Amino acid sequence: MDWPSVANRLFGQDHAIVADGDFLCGTASFEGATIAVVGTTNHAAVGVDLALRQARAILAVVAESPGRPLLLLVDTQGQKLRRRDELLGIHRAMAHLGCCLDLARRQGHPVIGLVYDQALSGGFITSGLMADACHALPEAEIRVMRVPAMARVTKLPEALLESLSLTNPVFAPGVANYVAMGGVRSLWDGDLAAGLRAALADRDTADRRAREGAQRGGRRVADDVMRRVLEA
Amino acid sequence: MNASFAEMSARERLAAVVDAGTFHEWLPPSERVMSPHLAQLGVPAAFDDGVAIGRATLSGRIVFVAAQEGEFMGGGVGEVHGAKLVGLLRRALRDRPDAVVLLAESGGVRLHEANAGLIAVSEVMRALLDVRAAGIATVMLVVGANGCFGGMGIVARCADSVVMSDIARHAMSGPEVIESANGAGEFDSRDRALVWRTTGGKHRWLSGDCDALVDDDPAAFRTAAIAALSVHRPMTLAALQRESTLLQWRTDLAGDGADAFEFWTRLGVADARAVPDLDADAVRALRPAAVAPLANGGT
Repeated sequence: MDWPSVANRLFGQDHAIVADGDFLCGTASFEGATIAVVGTTNHAAVGVDLALRQARAILAVVAESPGRPLLLLVDTQGQKLRRRDELLGIHRAMAHLGCCLDLARRQGHPVIGLVYDQALSGGFITSGLMADACHALPEAEIRVMRVPAMARVTKLPEALLESLSLTNPVFAPGVANYVAMGGVRSLWDGDLAAGLRAALADRDTADRRAREGAQRGGRRVADDVMRRVLEA
Repeated sequence: MNASFAEMSARERLAAVVDAGTFHEWLPPSERVMSPHLAQLGVPAAFDDGVAIGRATLSGRIVFVAAQEGEFMGGGVGEVHGAKLVGLLRRALRDRPDAVVLLAESGGVRLHEANAGLIAVSEVMRALLDVRAAGIATVMLVVGANGCFGGMGIVARCADSVVMSDIARHAMSGPEVIESANGAGEFDSRDRALVWRTTGGKHRWLSGDCDALVDDDPAAFRTAAIAALSVHRPMTLAALQRESTLLQWRTDLAGDGADAFEFWTRLGVADARAVPDLDADAVRALRPAAVAPLANGGT
């Protein structure tokens, strides 16, 4: 789904979200409350410039609109693969973006992630995955890399990975797998406004992903290992 | 000069950095807390999943420590590896040591556990920021020939302090990945000099992305780690606004350029061409005053 459709389904005409290149920013009115929206579109490759731009928008919300909920609209093909970005410290720009989201959370802003199209590794770690909780549309695509590329890099047979991916959510792309592993809290299916309403009502900001991954059976050991470290 | 820190194993590095004999490991290899995913791929697992965690003292102060083993899957973060780090950080939040010191050597997400690794890296990041926000010093020692990349590259930059040697690399995507995506003209991964001046310790020091540049020497890392125990960078709105302004200034200064020499010159380094041949001591003295506020110790 494209971002204007998502905005329309969530807010009707009641929004002032603007796309400038790959960058999305603006406000929307949702059931009487103003919501800040920051995100990316066009399957953006997130480089230094786009990371800093998002960070600035988030800092402006924290500075000017205390407590205003933040909705992150995620559509990224991952980090930008350019030498200039590496030279300029893309890892730092992304860490800065993540820190800005963390600050917003600590200052009492609800931070909600929504993968509405594509979410890949680098661009996702410091956006949707830094939210209080990340949600997704059922038709969205979330992955680290495609199975053929994964086979090439790991030097494992593609057929083996394909067959494992049918039963083990760890190996295969897909939002359902991320839900099972706890990385995505819920799918917003059909009534998007109901999804946003429920997300806004959940004010527990603790990171519950490992626990939910264990409860849902998609990530069986992480939560237990964390607990064992606390008890060792 | 002592032995190369980069060439040591993760546990050797830990032993060399903390006070002698004080490292106490949690979930040691004898407990065989292993990856549940590698066996079905026919890939050998490790009894510690490539990371050692525990407590120790450093200059007499209580620290929680972790060291990633670059020899095992490039230090890649899988489900168990990540969960051990998160457990350590959550325990730090509970037990309040003076600091958490992480010896980072990692290619980022372990592709063999792709989805679980990605979520795990994100959990490590949030747990680290919780510890930092609690006023416990968080220290990253970027060590090892493999460098610190991908999600771990981001996580490392979330700490209060980042210490690097001149032979360490800290970045996001490996040069091979960039070359395969955009060609050798974009980034020639076999040009070692180019790779190091784009992502290596000297460059990160000169551009303000590392807080201490040291020799590849265990004693030098230990000294830098001790100094970092007292460094706190509270993440306030004002501090992040300042960082945002500085990062934008630095990005604008570079323009469209991707050349390290040109960039260093614009930052104010007098003889940029000489940098690759200088030792860490000499490069330390060259960091322009305008860059210093991007790092610790800057004003």
